Amino acid sequence: MLAEFLQFLFSGLTVGAVYGLIGLGFAVIYNASNVINFAQGEFVMIGGMATVFLMKAGLPMPPAVALAIAGAALVGWLLARFGIETAKGAGVVGLIIITIGASILLRGLAQVIWDRNFHPLPSISGDAPIHVLGATLLPQSLWIGAALIVIMAGLRHFFAHTRTGKAMRAAAIDPLAAQLMGVDVRRVVRLSFVLSAALGALAGVLVAPITMTYANVGVMLGLKGFAAAIVGGLGNPLGAIAGGLVVGIAEAMTAGYLSSAWKDVVAFVIILFVLLFMPNGLFGRAEAERA
Amino acid sequence: MSNLLSLRPGGLALLAAIIAAGPLVLQNGFHYNVAILAGINAMVCIGLNLLIGYAGQISLGHAGFFALGAYASAILPERFGFHPAGALLTGAVVVGLLAFAIARPILRLRGHYLAMATLGMGIIISIVLDQEVDITGGPDGMPVGDLTLFGQVVSGELAWYWLIGALLFVTTWLALNLVHSPVGRALKAVHGSEIAAAAMGVDVFHYKVLVFVFSAVLASVAGSLFAHYNGFITPDEASFIHSIQLVTMVVLGGMASIAGSIVGAVVLTVLPQMLAGFHDYEMIVFGAILMGTMILLPEGAVPTLAKRIRERLA
Repeated sequence: MLAEFLQFLFSGLTVGAVYGLIGLGFAVIYNASNVINFAQGEFVMIGGMATVFLMKAGLPMPPAVALAIAGAALVGWLLARFGIETAKGAGVVGLIIITIGASILLRGLAQVIWDRNFHPLPSISGDAPIHVLGATLLPQSLWIGAALIVIMAGLRHFFAHTRTGKAMRAAAIDPLAAQLMGVDVRRVVRLSFVLSAALGALAGVLVAPITMTYANVGVMLGLKGFAAAIVGGLGNPLGAIAGGLVVGIAEAMTAGYLSSAWKDVVAFVIILFVLLFMPNGLFGRAEAERA
Repeated sequence: MSNLLSLRPGGLALLAAIIAAGPLVLQNGFHYNVAILAGINAMVCIGLNLLIGYAGQISLGHAGFFALGAYASAILPERFGFHPAGALLTGAVVVGLLAFAIARPILRLRGHYLAMATLGMGIIISIVLDQEVDITGGPDGMPVGDLTLFGQVVSGELAWYWLIGALLFVTTWLALNLVHSPVGRALKAVHGSEIAAAAMGVDVFHYKVLVFVFSAVLASVAGSLFAHYNGFITPDEASFIHSIQLVTMVVLGGMASIAGSIVGAVVLTVLPQMLAGFHDYEMIVFGAILMGTMILLPEGAVPTLAKRIRERLA
């Protein structure tokens, strides 16, 4: 009974942490530019797929991961520079459509450059399960949890204590005022895309040993990450992580106690519920975008 | 007469002429097939454009309504002995009621929130269709019977061509009337500035709900027709990517342009057929079109071209 519950909880926390990492990327970009980046899931895909193919080319895992993350960051920069900046003046709908276009383009490119197959990625420290109160825990889950904590601490430091981080926060609060104070807002937007692309790619590397990776892996992961960001309150980084954990646990419990077929519905039911009854998210700022 | 497309009688006459001239150009079954599918897509896009282009409300879930219409036409005649036309109408009414029920809470949301809510709704519909294997056949899909109208089975490419052509004409006529009515002007005001519109006494919310329901019903009817024409449907009809394809057609053709929706639907239905040999590159082209249109022609192809022609003539 307890063992079963723990088992579901572990799996929920693991995927939830990944959703949270992806949701964090949504929050960082949204804060800097008010753009919802529908290509966020494709950064996750690039992280996993690039690592797989760099390792196939003979690189050991650490440099392959580093290169994959750098590559995703470059794609993020390109998207900000040539997708978002050149479309100044496009409204919310226009920007949503541009990032959706980018996500389809990146998926198409991945299918042509790499392939359409499913690829496994080795776990960081083997697959021997750890036993906890009758439930089993994969070492990879611990790595994902550890990565999440390190990244949270790192981002906290970055946003609170570095010049660039403070500039990003200022631009998020009021772009015009920040610009007048000498913050290069365009650079902030580019940086936010680079940062969240790197975060997404890292999430992709971490989750690939559990779910495998393939050209379309980013579609559902991206949407779930978006769900995490909405549940946590758009633009709230800590909220995005909490939102990811909520979505992940709800999914795992549904899959465990009801039916795994319905687990994908849960995330979207939660989203609709949150949007309709708590439009600022569970932890959002009091800034309702409702009529 | 600098801009035929903006003039109601001129535009409708042009559309009628193009549809009537179709059989002169279409040479084989494959051509007709593409034309019929383009017509069905155009019907959905006209409704969706009223929502996105005129009312300024995005929907990333319209494929869900399309699929519900399609499944109504597949399931009701087969299992409950409905007449196909009755099934089509029942589907449209049910989708209309469903859209009305969800429009009320959903359309209070804006921008990203609305995009997410409609997207979530579409995905929930597609998962339900996927999982209710006993009723829908699940991921394998299900066959659909023939469409009978006035005791006649609609069969053959030519019969379908005229049916879809006629319905597309009627849809266009309805949409143009709506756009040029007080409702259309109210919608434009809503798109321009909701607050200003409300201050001028426009019941903003009422109009948004109206257009959402109208576009959902159009999608449902088009879905029913597609189901009968194709003879087979799968839950892919409700997929996120299908919703995106519909939005792409609207965006490419031009927001707030009825003619644009038809052009967008035709181009993006024909294009994949032409790229059939380059199947691997289909997504790349699709994504590039979506990004490129939004960046280079933010108003869409038809309004931008119409503006250039007008400037040339002026």
